[in-house]
Amino acid sequence: MRDALMKSLFMLAEKDSNVMLLTGDLGYGVFEEFEKKYPKQYLNVGIAEQNMIGVATGLALEGKTIFTYSIGNFPTLRCLEQIRNDACYHELNINIIATGGGFSYGGLGMSHHATEDLAIMRALPGVTVVSPCTEREAELATIELSLRKGVGYLRIDKTKAELANDSADFKIGKARTLVKGTDYTIFVTGGIAEEAVKASKILKESKISLNIVSIHTLKPLDSRFIQNEIKSKKGVISIEEGVLIGGLGSSICELCMDAGVTIKNFKRLGVDDHYSSEVGSQEFLRNKHNLNSDAIVKEVLKFIKH
Amino acid sequence: MLGKKETQELARKVRIHAVKMVNKGGSSHIGSVLSIVDILAVLYGRVMQYRSSDPKWVDRDRFILSKGHAGAGVYATLAECGFLDIVELDKHYQDGSIFSGHVSHKGIPGVELSTGSLGHGLPVASGMALAAKIDKKNHRIFVVMSDGELDEGSNWEAFMFASHHELSNLTAIIDRNKLQSMRTTEETLSLEPLRDKLISFGWNVIEVDGHNHNELSSAIDSDTEKPKVIIANTIKGKGVSFMENEIAWHYRTPSGELFDQAMKDLGEKT
Repeated sequence: MRDALMKSLFMLAEKDSNVMLLTGDLGYGVFEEFEKKYPKQYLNVGIAEQNMIGVATGLALEGKTIFTYSIGNFPTLRCLEQIRNDACYHELNINIIATGGGFSYGGLGMSHHATEDLAIMRALPGVTVVSPCTEREAELATIELSLRKGVGYLRIDKTKAELANDSADFKIGKARTLVKGTDYTIFVTGGIAEEAVKASKILKESKISLNIVSIHTLKPLDSRFIQNEIKSKKGVISIEEGVLIGGLGSSICELCMDAGVTIKNFKRLGVDDHYSSEVGSQEFLRNKHNLNSDAIVKEVLKFIKH
Repeated sequence: MLGKKETQELARKVRIHAVKMVNKGGSSHIGSVLSIVDILAVLYGRVMQYRSSDPKWVDRDRFILSKGHAGAGVYATLAECGFLDIVELDKHYQDGSIFSGHVSHKGIPGVELSTGSLGHGLPVASGMALAAKIDKKNHRIFVVMSDGELDEGSNWEAFMFASHHELSNLTAIIDRNKLQSMRTTEETLSLEPLRDKLISFGWNVIEVDGHNHNELSSAIDSDTEKPKVIIANTIKGKGVSFMENEIAWHYRTPSGELFDQAMKDLGEKT
């Protein structure tokens, strides 16, 4: 997804000299070409995320379109109050990019597990929260965020859904169907969509048809689409590489309660309320937290038995 | 541009407004406001380029109050300088008002940045200064910080950033009244040797009497190739006899006889 992100950043920087990329001293091997080509639009602020958002705010107040970049929790939690008071309250075009969503940096330990970012960023008024699941989504989200008023949060990770065809329309705030199916809907956000796609292939052999929907935009949520899916399917599962509190599954529960929509068969898959002191690859930690295609298959089969 | 006598009169009026606002609103931080009023009077009365009828004039000098709790002083200064009607000040700290205790930009012409949590002003001012350099603009950026606020690490990130990027269009003014929330700065988390620290961070450091308008004005207007920081030695509660150097007036609201005494000290009839 980082390549897709860079493709869009190059395009945006070329088109508008007010577009600037700020990094908190991360992006080795990624930003060199950008820096060379657009030296006045690139800034390594050092390992100082609070200052990065403050500087971004000052630049944005003067009319710049800003992207800030770092990994894991550094660009969000480390400077959360600066994001809230400076960037958000002043309604600035500052787009925060975190690479390494979920357990992407699983082996590096708890500090690098970005599992609460989506829930926390979603709680901030006015923030657009996007967690793409394919390169195309990442590429188009980057462009759209640059044009959108207010603060954006773009969470990317190393994994992505492998799709036979990734040409479906993309628009922030509009859910996107990745695999068409009729029986059950799997709502997913982020690269972990690859597990949902795998599950759909497994269940297809048993003639169970899964509809896989990318909720790439957690805020604003595509409420109408989600409600229609819930009403028209036999059951719904949400899967996210982050804590269950406040994330995708929570959002769906909230909207159902608010809209009076009842779901007979519903399961939220995500990280329960703890920090992982165990380390390992992204795949290992997903498996450890029951976030994989097998878990989806198991839950669908439970729906059927039920 | 106002002369010395006129900026002193501006400061006196701002002090009177601020004490009245805090009295009416039942709010706090009057000591912190009075500490910086002379700085505000010199900036708005003598130094800064702005158009009160066109607050967003692109070539204006920018001002950020990082110690947002002294917001009453900024509102009063803006009112005296034509950005707001004086009667608007009566809304300070009232139910449903936009004139919050900590300075807010929403709907208030002339305020560049809402603050309230400490350690936010200098990073944002640095971003504004960098933008001006990039865009080859000649305006300047001023930020007033408290000394206690320097406990916040984000300031030191910004001190490094501004000198690294040679932001000579940026001036930070530290309100060095030596008192913070509970005790003196030196008893809480010692700042000294502050001057040496700031020099070592690559700033041009000037120390002045923060209530002497000529000293403030000369320091602010002196040439510099580096970002400039003015350590303005001030007295918390300056101008009201019983508030001077008293931490209690970080919190207390002047009312009754004390309010009358404050007005008397400031040469205002009650």
